[in-house]
Amino acid sequence: MNLKISALQFTKDVKSGNISAEEFISKTMERIQNVDTILHAFLSLNNNAVDQAREIDKKIKNREKVGQCFGMPVSIKDNICVKDTKTTCASKMLENFIAPYDATVITKLKQQDAIFVGKVNLDEFAMGLSTEFSAYGPSKNPWNTGYVPGGSSGGSAVSVSAFECVASLGSDTGGSVRNPASFCSTVGYKPTYGLISRYGLISYANSIEQIGPLTRTVEDAAFMLNLIAGLDHNDDTTINNNNEDYLKDIDSGIEGKKVGIIKEMIGEGIDPSVLSATKDAISKLERLGAICEEISLDMVKYSVAAYYTITATEAGSNLARYDNLRYGYDFPVEGYEFNSYIVKARKKFGPEVTRRIILGGFVPSAGHAGKYFLKALKVKSKLTRQINEAFKKFDLLISPTVPILPFKIGEKINDPVALFLIDINTVTANLTGKPAISIPYSMSNGLPIGIQLIANSMNDKLLLQAAYALEKTVKLPEIPI
Amino acid sequence: MTKIGLEIHCQLTKLESKLFCSCKANYREFEPNTNICSICIGLPGSLPRLNQKAVEKATMIAMELNCSTPEKIAFFRKNYFYPDLPKNFQITQLNVYGDTSVGGKGVVKVGEKKIGITRIQLEEDPGRLIYEGTSEKNQITLVDYNRAGTPLVEIVTEPDFENPKEVREFLNILSNLLENLEVSDPSLEGAMRADANVSIEGGKKVEIKNIGSFHDLEKAVHFEITRQQSLHSREIPIIQETRHWDDKRKITISSRSKEEDLDYRYFLEGDIPWVRIGNEVKGKLKSEMPESVNSKKHRYISKYNIPTQVAEVLSTDKYFSDLFENAHTKDNAKEIANIITTDLMGLVDTKEKREFSKLNSMHLKEIAYAIQSGKISRISAKNALSEIIKTGKNLSDIINELDLGNVSDEIELSKVIESVISEESKAVEQTKTNPQTINYLVGKVMQKTKGKADPKLTLDLLKKKL
Repeated sequence: MNLKISALQFTKDVKSGNISAEEFISKTMERIQNVDTILHAFLSLNNNAVDQAREIDKKIKNREKVGQCFGMPVSIKDNICVKDTKTTCASKMLENFIAPYDATVITKLKQQDAIFVGKVNLDEFAMGLSTEFSAYGPSKNPWNTGYVPGGSSGGSAVSVSAFECVASLGSDTGGSVRNPASFCSTVGYKPTYGLISRYGLISYANSIEQIGPLTRTVEDAAFMLNLIAGLDHNDDTTINNNNEDYLKDIDSGIEGKKVGIIKEMIGEGIDPSVLSATKDAISKLERLGAICEEISLDMVKYSVAAYYTITATEAGSNLARYDNLRYGYDFPVEGYEFNSYIVKARKKFGPEVTRRIILGGFVPSAGHAGKYFLKALKVKSKLTRQINEAFKKFDLLISPTVPILPFKIGEKINDPVALFLIDINTVTANLTGKPAISIPYSMSNGLPIGIQLIANSMNDKLLLQAAYALEKTVKLPEIPI
Repeated sequence: MTKIGLEIHCQLTKLESKLFCSCKANYREFEPNTNICSICIGLPGSLPRLNQKAVEKATMIAMELNCSTPEKIAFFRKNYFYPDLPKNFQITQLNVYGDTSVGGKGVVKVGEKKIGITRIQLEEDPGRLIYEGTSEKNQITLVDYNRAGTPLVEIVTEPDFENPKEVREFLNILSNLLENLEVSDPSLEGAMRADANVSIEGGKKVEIKNIGSFHDLEKAVHFEITRQQSLHSREIPIIQETRHWDDKRKITISSRSKEEDLDYRYFLEGDIPWVRIGNEVKGKLKSEMPESVNSKKHRYISKYNIPTQVAEVLSTDKYFSDLFENAHTKDNAKEIANIITTDLMGLVDTKEKREFSKLNSMHLKEIAYAIQSGKISRISAKNALSEIIKTGKNLSDIINELDLGNVSDEIELSKVIESVISEESKAVEQTKTNPQTINYLVGKVMQKTKGKADPKLTLDLLKKKL
């Protein structure tokens, strides 16, 4: 049984009877048992997965209506609620939180007969880009297990690249889907803000984050988007996409399209191998008929500072509800007054979350908001104006997804500012609400490099078409694990 | 000069659901923590879903209070930790970055005086804390989240009041307005709460929090003025502070909490997109709005020639004005207004009595007709009215049962008149010098007939006999 197939291939094979869902799921669970002791992508597993697959095979056999996923194994980042399963956010604070409802994306995938093989690792509450801040230990990069897989959706990227599932759902607040996709050599896609419902995604910085798929191919990302995008009455920020089919015409090519190369994202601090990969990708695009030209977005310089200011503010507020009064972990309230109780109860947050909550209490506070939070909002709106201006001239923007190669586990954990700066190329899409995708492009010293494409709001289809065209030019080695 | 400003919190009790979820806005009949869902207790992953009806009703209140209404409104988070606040922030509105709350500056006329409205905002009510245990040592705090997320409108006034009487008059106008708009039932426990700022000449501003009803608000303001004046007269400085209204002892107490020092770190609530309330929406809301109390009053005066005072009393109370609207015609309007204001208002003067009353607008129509056609006297009408309220029977049955019909039989009435003339020879004598005395005689005839004599016929007959 070949587990190394795309989502579209899987659905085709099961539908036609070439393979059975049960067998594929059993083999997938076996694979997880074998490799995950090393990789640690999963925080919890679905023990009913094989039974669920058997049900789908039965339906296929009886020619009953089967959803478009045909029992496809999907992993879910552990900050997305799946009914009756633990949803921990990789935090001790939610160690025993069992979600009483399904996120909208989960409901939609269930309707399409996807099978959730398990919940996957992340930096605590999605704050980080290496999974080293998971309260349950880091995940390992399958290309070299001494290296980080990126984050925060590290578990998602690892599980897809190491064939522990066919596709995964992560969340992207400042690059959390694209960064690990780049580090693990998978496709990672953050759609236009509002295209996918956030209902059931546990908020970190709600004004800029989106759920997004991590897949083996661009087509698979389009397929996933078809299943989970669209208006949701449970999320007032969702937008109507008129049931767009993102797979249709995905092979349209990019001839004549204008691509802007963001100057500020290939400058200082970039790894030479990442720079040469980016240049290579640009020349490939040109050969495909695109017109590439450099463009300066000088607000990008301030984007990381603005990003951390805004996300800390929202995180401070979004995470305030974890006072352990209504749910959480076992810690009796008797003998405590409210304030002293919550101070103690909230000690369960890990170091990075604590750092951002403290920052989030400071930057928007009276007397400091003008210097920090309000200034960050100004950067956000100026950056948005700048990128909108750029999209008057260009159809797409290009950059490396991450300016550096994956780094060793433990290498940067004590230098939060250095970690912050790695986000420089990804946060712009979040701050401006634009869709962006990372596709596996090349390797350097056995470590993956991803290329990022950004499109204008609601131009997700164009973005996927371009990514598809570029992907077709790429040939990558087999994963060693 | 004494200055008083108010912050009034008014629940939109007439709405079907809470501000951000489909739990009931009317939480009062539920067992603790049974009118809750993932949204109103802020479970991880839940998102607020704005109740558009609440926005509409709040906008109507703003329009009625002559407030400016911005094109687009936004919601903000007010961040603070408190056990009654499930998310440890409250979704509310703010006007720091331009006018973005449902209502901006407005003005309300209280008699001849104008009271400024600072702003009106829509927000969610927190849950309720219930304290049990007798001493501080064994005290426990229980939380009931049934109320959490109930739509609340906050109305902030300028410090334009000078005495408790103006406060009371304003609150009366406000209650009537809210009732007339059918957005809130001010009589429900906890539906109206208020904070007040009070300062007297030469003193500092004192904020009184936690006033649980309009009734107590006036009392609290009165207490606070007296307290401050007494300090002032003894030359004790009045300090700027927050005080709490003690509901049981009916006094204000200095609160030790440092609430005024809290930094709420307001910022935009990203989960709720801005709501556009353009002119077309406002126009539509205006057309759906019930007629205002003021315009009702003017219509009663100009169209039916109802005296100003009667019109005022009638228009301010929705229960009675609704009865009037349904019962009146061009010909009986004045009579109906009369029946309601002179008799009915005294007979059903409490909420309970209104609820049990079996009277409807048809009854009023019948009574007005019976009076106008001389079938019964006004005195009999009042007796009939009180019987209808109790039984709901129709008027003709009641007239028969209680023998309320006018004595309009000339022979019968003549007998009574003759006996009055012989008994009241002194008054009869006086009629020659003072014609007004005849009314005294009519009264006597009424007395003898227990109010059933047809007054017009009685007068005619008396004049003839004298």
